Amino acid sequence: MTSVAEQTGQAGSGEEPAGAVDDPIRPPAPDDPFTKDVLPSPKGAQLTLLKSLLTPHTRRVWVATVLLLVQQAAVQAGPLLVAYAIDRAIPALRDGRHGPLILLACVYLGCALASGLLQRAFIRVAARVSQDVLIDLRGRIFRHAQALSLDFHERYTSGRLIARATSDVESLRELLTEGMEELLGVVLSSVYISVILLWLDWKLGLAALFSCAPLYLMIRSFQKRSMVVYRKRSTAIAAVIVKFTETMNGIRPVQAFRREKPNEADFAELNGTHERINGDAILEMARYVVGSRLMANAAISGIVVWGAYRVAGGGLALGVLAAFVLYLRRLYDPIDRLGMFLNSYQSAAASLEKIAGLLAQRPSVPEPEEPRELPGRGGELPGREVLFDGVRFAYRTGGEILPVFDLRIPAGQTVAVVGATGAGKSTLAKLLARFYDPTDGRITLDGVPLRELALPELRRGVVMVTQEAFLFSGTVAENIAIGRPDAGREEVERAAKAIGAHDFISALPDGYDTDVRKRGGRISAGQRQLVAFARALLADPAVLILDEATSSLDVPGERAVQHAMDTVLRGRTAVIIAHRLSTVEIADRVLVMEGGRIVEDGAPAELIADHGRFADLHEAWRDSLV
Amino acid sequence: MVARIVESMPEATSDPAPPGPRSAVRSLLRLWPYVRPIRGRLAGSAVAAVLASSMALLIPLVLKWMVDGPVADHDPSGVWLGGGVLLLLGLLEAGLFGLRRWLVARPLASVEASMRSALYGHLQRLPVAFHDRWASGQLLSRATMDLQILRMFLAFPLVFLVVNGAAIVLGFAILFSQAWTLGLVLLLPIVPLVILCSVFEARYSLAARSAQDQAGDLATVVEESVLGVRIIKAFGRHRSQTEAFRAKAHGLRSTELHKATLLADIWALIMTLPEVAIGAALILGIMQVSDGELSAGTLVAFLTTALALRWPVESLGFLLAISNESATAADRFFEAIDAAEADAAGLGAEPAGALDGVRFEDVRFRYPDAPENTPDLLHGIDLHIRPGETMALVGATGCGKTTLTALIPRLHDATGGRITLDGADIALLSRERLRELVAVAFEEPTLFSATVRENVAMGAGPGGADEAAVLRALETAQCDFVARLPHGLDTQVGEQGLSLSGGQRQRLALARAVVGSPAFLVLDDPLSALDVHTEALVEAALREVLAETTALVVAHRPSTVMLADRVALMSEGRITAVGTHHELLTDSAEYRHLMSGDGERSVAR
Repeated sequence: MTSVAEQTGQAGSGEEPAGAVDDPIRPPAPDDPFTKDVLPSPKGAQLTLLKSLLTPHTRRVWVATVLLLVQQAAVQAGPLLVAYAIDRAIPALRDGRHGPLILLACVYLGCALASGLLQRAFIRVAARVSQDVLIDLRGRIFRHAQALSLDFHERYTSGRLIARATSDVESLRELLTEGMEELLGVVLSSVYISVILLWLDWKLGLAALFSCAPLYLMIRSFQKRSMVVYRKRSTAIAAVIVKFTETMNGIRPVQAFRREKPNEADFAELNGTHERINGDAILEMARYVVGSRLMANAAISGIVVWGAYRVAGGGLALGVLAAFVLYLRRLYDPIDRLGMFLNSYQSAAASLEKIAGLLAQRPSVPEPEEPRELPGRGGELPGREVLFDGVRFAYRTGGEILPVFDLRIPAGQTVAVVGATGAGKSTLAKLLARFYDPTDGRITLDGVPLRELALPELRRGVVMVTQEAFLFSGTVAENIAIGRPDAGREEVERAAKAIGAHDFISALPDGYDTDVRKRGGRISAGQRQLVAFARALLADPAVLILDEATSSLDVPGERAVQHAMDTVLRGRTAVIIAHRLSTVEIADRVLVMEGGRIVEDGAPAELIADHGRFADLHEAWRDSLV
Repeated sequence: MVARIVESMPEATSDPAPPGPRSAVRSLLRLWPYVRPIRGRLAGSAVAAVLASSMALLIPLVLKWMVDGPVADHDPSGVWLGGGVLLLLGLLEAGLFGLRRWLVARPLASVEASMRSALYGHLQRLPVAFHDRWASGQLLSRATMDLQILRMFLAFPLVFLVVNGAAIVLGFAILFSQAWTLGLVLLLPIVPLVILCSVFEARYSLAARSAQDQAGDLATVVEESVLGVRIIKAFGRHRSQTEAFRAKAHGLRSTELHKATLLADIWALIMTLPEVAIGAALILGIMQVSDGELSAGTLVAFLTTALALRWPVESLGFLLAISNESATAADRFFEAIDAAEADAAGLGAEPAGALDGVRFEDVRFRYPDAPENTPDLLHGIDLHIRPGETMALVGATGCGKTTLTALIPRLHDATGGRITLDGADIALLSRERLRELVAVAFEEPTLFSATVRENVAMGAGPGGADEAAVLRALETAQCDFVARLPHGLDTQVGEQGLSLSGGQRQRLALARAVVGSPAFLVLDDPLSALDVHTEALVEAALREVLAETTALVVAHRPSTVMLADRVALMSEGRITAVGTHHELLTDSAEYRHLMSGDGERSVAR
């Protein structure tokens, strides 16, 4: 028996809902990307992701752009109209002509209304785009997380996944709701103003445009530095979230073991790191603002002096200078907003990078590309034949768990698997449920490899009840119906009755409609296992795997379950893993495992008569009874 | 207080109406204790922002002086002077902008962090009953998203509400001093704007609150789907789970769209009305200039000032929106902070020293959220565990055994009667002290993200446990597998470390319970995940530990009962029989049934 095999997959009644149950010990590599929360993603993955999110909304983005284009035109007309008023309308009025003034009044009013209404339309369109993008991204993360295999979940930790789906999505939300308008607004107003400036006076205009060059360089360096900061920030907040969820989900042991103070110290450290990096990010922005303002204001002073000289020299109309100065400040105004945009962009990019890293993970147990169906069973019994054909399995991070392994379970047979902790029983069960794929060889169900079955078909074939009996929020009936969502209330109750759960469910305040997270919905560990059983019965699979599924039941409960199993398992193929050999009483065949190998195989009575390992175990178990 | 918590419980989110009349200002004022430490810098930042904005307003005045003076008079030195002044003002403006941000950069990050720490520390100390009611996604969204909103509020909207308010007042003063008739025209739209904004405020804050609650619900669904991923996979229920997620996500999306619609309307108003007023002022001004009542330079300066005011006025729209959102974020934060912390102090009583073991005297308990028409879960528990005795607690599934064990370390408080440890009422002990005296191992063995050594040692008292003690405890719990872990005692376990099997975790939890040689030990079905062989070894070792310890052990099987000196049988919220295993086997049909599964079934039901 190798030491690794000894430590492998063993079952227990542990119901800690968190990702870690029952799995083999694997030393994490020192620079495991999972430990450092930096999953690899191709360079520029965040941009590709953003693009793919926006592409379906191209039309709306264009509509939004056009709306803003026209709206900016209306807004930017203001100073132009002032120039017109001073240079044309006043002299005209002095000459007694009212035409220009009336024209001016109409245009100004029109621009005011247009800018308001267009802004309204823009906000609504932009909100549609950003909400649709967010729902798309949330859905992608969620679906992908669901599709990823168990080994991923065991390494990534639930807190990080939650951080990806919440705080990282949140930063994209900020970019979309605020950033998009900022960016479009900045670009459009800069273009407009540059055109107007050049048209008003090309010499002054060119001078203004050239003054933007150093600004551009500054923005570039700001962008580079802030990306680094935001990456760090996203990791830091994820660490805070992980600690937070771990504490809140384990509040009972936290309080019972007086972890409050040490927890506070740990949390203070993580929170402090986040605080420091957050402060760095804000300061980075402050530096940018000072620098850009400084350059902009210096440019304005220079241009005004030059302009004033030319007016004094008669080379420039006074009105033109007035308009020019008004526009000039507007040209530089958006620099702050550009900074804010870059801010939210960098923050979102850092988050998208992490999300892209998550999305780039491929499930190690992929769905088949060309799924096959199970052969029809006609009117025969529900069970199917299971075949392990030259199966070898090793966990990805090393340590062989199951050496080459062959096993045939005929349709309808109930097999009990026994053996010491670490013998590989749970690994066998997980391979059969296709939580993992074998490293070599194949596992077939009535001759069809599990790998080639589509998910719904696979779950009609094989269902596993684990010792972990997590309940989802919702009613008891809904929790049972997870086994088969289209089942009616009657079927749900029938399943509960069959397993002996009906009595306690009926005694809950709202019976089957009791919400398990609300008033009176407290359900003991044993009762949760009964609910898990009812679920499996309802699913009505051809092959049922029970992995330590009765560990928290008391003796009468276990008896009731076994009694039910007599009927339920008739004609079904079943694999039962249990420490307590009472289960063996209903088994047709017993496998004794040791170090990943089957060392004894036979009918229970035969094995007991043989005085081998099973006979010893059986005797120890008899002794543990009354 | 309780009523308030109940009202604002996450389940109430379908109806986002906040309890009673609330005012955004009052909610935000509650932030003061957290803001107080940085009040100086925050005020400095506001002053810097006001000064910077004044620079922006002064610049047009300089321009007017240049146009009317040096430019008209062809005075080059005047132009240079004007340019110099402009440059100076510009430099000042930039410096002040930077100062504004620099002053508050670190302080604001520290306000956010200290609020988060306060929330975390508080939540950890709230009774378990509180956590039973609140989905942890709702708590998490308060600790992250809501606090980020509040930091942003302190950084920008708060300062700019002040600054832009000041800028508007100052700007109007300048406008009036230049041309009071034109100034009056600009003032006109203020009244309708104020009215419309207040209508908007009420509607927007409702929408903002429900969006935040929905975001919390969404976080809860994500969390559950991650925690329950094995079950989802075992039944291939990705699609229905995704469907549930989509439904919630779509709910959030339509609330966000509703918010955007409200925002769009108010923006339209805020942009249009002042612009119309400026247009009117422009026309009036031109007529005055042509009549010679006003100089062209004054008109230019007037309009420059008016246009400079456009941003402060327009900004009021989104400033109000953010302020509202921040007020609801503050409400959500304080809902959690206001939940009454368990009276932590106790009266500082100490066990009298008299060896008396554990006594339950007419102990009653019902969950605070139990429906009114149901009987108490525990009604009148009387039980005495003698010093040094090990008592097994046996009863049908779901009869309240686990609840009873939770009362001893006061994870829940009994609603009636009293529990004493060596004569001292546990209600009078401080929780800290009580939990030092009592060690527990739960049915669900939770390991923390820490090393094996830390996980075990945390069971000991404040002095901690030395390596020898930890090794002894591991030996008792048959944790020989620890030696083969990659880093032995220093291997990281828990969610962020190595995953261990259920049986391994259960044994570590047991080691944690016994490491400090506690005076009182509570074990809830501590051996359920062990195979028969290991169970026998653990039991043999445990018997030695239990020889001097007063212990209560929840047992489901005869093998666990064998650890105990006596057995208490629990039925329908009471202790119905106490005796040795053999006495009860003879006397109690219900006990026989529970232990062997034979006999009268009806008794246990």
